[in-house]
Amino acid sequence: MKRELVIISGKGGTGKTSITAAFASLAKNSVLCDADVDAADLHLLMQPTVLQTTDFIGGSKAEIRKEDCVECGVCRDLCRFSAISEDYTVDPISCEGCGVCVDLCPEKAIDFPVQKCGEWYISDTRFGSMVHARLGIAEENSGKLVSLVRREAERLAENKGCELILTDGPPGIGCPVIAAIGGATALLIIVEPTVSGLHDLQRVADLAAHFKVAGLVCINKFDLNTDMSSKIEDMCEKRRMATVGRIPFDPVFTKAMIEGKNIFEYAPDSKAAHTTREVWESVMGFPAMNMLGIRDFSTIIR
Amino acid sequence: MIISIASGKGGTGKTTVATSLALSLGADVRLLDCDVEEPNAHLFLNPMIEKSEKVGAWVPAIREEVCTACKKCMEICRFRAITVVGKKVLVFPELCHSCGGCLEVCPEDAIADGVRELGVVESGACGELAFVHGRLRVGEAMSPPLIRKVRAAKNGATTVIIDAPPGTSCPVITAIKGTDFVILVTEPTPFGLHDLILAVEAVRILGIPCGIVINRADIGDDRVLEYAAREGLDILMEIPFDRKIAEAYSCGRPIVEVMPEWTERFRMLYRRIRESVEGQEGKDET
Repeated sequence: MKRELVIISGKGGTGKTSITAAFASLAKNSVLCDADVDAADLHLLMQPTVLQTTDFIGGSKAEIRKEDCVECGVCRDLCRFSAISEDYTVDPISCEGCGVCVDLCPEKAIDFPVQKCGEWYISDTRFGSMVHARLGIAEENSGKLVSLVRREAERLAENKGCELILTDGPPGIGCPVIAAIGGATALLIIVEPTVSGLHDLQRVADLAAHFKVAGLVCINKFDLNTDMSSKIEDMCEKRRMATVGRIPFDPVFTKAMIEGKNIFEYAPDSKAAHTTREVWESVMGFPAMNMLGIRDFSTIIR
Repeated sequence: MIISIASGKGGTGKTTVATSLALSLGADVRLLDCDVEEPNAHLFLNPMIEKSEKVGAWVPAIREEVCTACKKCMEICRFRAITVVGKKVLVFPELCHSCGGCLEVCPEDAIADGVRELGVVESGACGELAFVHGRLRVGEAMSPPLIRKVRAAKNGATTVIIDAPPGTSCPVITAIKGTDFVILVTEPTPFGLHDLILAVEAVRILGIPCGIVINRADIGDDRVLEYAAREGLDILMEIPFDRKIAEAYSCGRPIVEVMPEWTERFRMLYRRIRESVEGQEGKDET
């Protein structure tokens, strides 16, 4: 049966993508999925050959036809997002796509064309298939695009008979993260031993609990502040979250990134590579990754 | 003047720059932490919180006693936040964007004001520095309405520093739109550069002048410098990778506190930005 490990962090820049890329070397028969559509970076280490590009249609935006507009002001009064200027032009960045002005314009002078908000790709990499995307700059609907790439990764895994999906998630706890974790088999939360790391981990752990997804914790650069690393482990224990490993601070992660490689390709004998392998084995051996998913369990009972 | 600090990639040092810059400027400064999903500035400033205000978003509440289930509200809602099953109107508050369309079209006046909790806006002070941040409720998907509330608290200070969330989509845009200058914090790595390029595009769409701060400036390669030169973007400051800075950061201490000599550098950064903004305004007038 298919399993999906989603790698997230709460705080950005803790090493999600470097660790996902490293796992790609260790996973056999997996599909990679970059669900950080807002600032996607996994492709920089994977150098994918894009096989298929599809437009992402996110929503619609209002456009006033000047020739039909009588400047009655109804749309400006209705718009809760202050998206319509005094000279009756819609600011596409402020427009929320609610269509209220479109429906209620007395002159029917407002169009509502659909918008291309980005692209998504199916690619080949040296580690197997990958699904990734690029959200347009300043666009909305990132959650929708995240759900889409995850769905496509699942479909691809199904077709190729792959048993594991490795998903590189976005930072934060908002819309794209919620879209990235729903229905995942388990989350691997990468945290760094800083006050911000601890603070953000608590919020993302609350989010995982809220959506009832199992969370495992990996402390990256643990030796930058070992006291803080212990504090994080204590906090995890209190919350009954497993700490699956500690990776030391090691410049090979950055050096590998500059070469466009993961650490197993760049420095297979480094301490960081060894500990990353231990983290991987510990994650894969964890009950949450091996139990049957709730959905399938219920069908078995039935 | 409003200076916002953004980055594209997360974890590059936005909060490091925002807090040290704000602390270097003395009185009449306000810091707004607009990274409402993961606000961190308070961990470095330890402000005294004087006011905490719950913030909600408007959502429809159906007055069933007058509702005729005519479905007009369902038809106008592009976000599928309202559905009508038989004679019953169901509202899904978490899908609502508060556009008020249902309120406009309801012929029976059956829509009353409801609220979905977005989070809290807290304000206070850290010495002379005024401080405001927002904390998104865990489980809430939409951060822009809360970011707008944090930004609305800017009144009363000559200089406003905004700590923005990472990325290039709606939360960042909401945080930096209409500011006078954007500091883009990056690191000299392929990920840093890739996301910097996206952030520069976003800032250019908004037509805001920007400059770059390179953090951990000695850990990577020269491609960020080459890019900046090609695009005519100023490198405003470089912060080296220094174990002392990293350790101070890990304990929640701002750079200017552990290395006071940086105060003058952050003041210099501010002066450069002010000159650049004033120069821009001069150009616009002529």
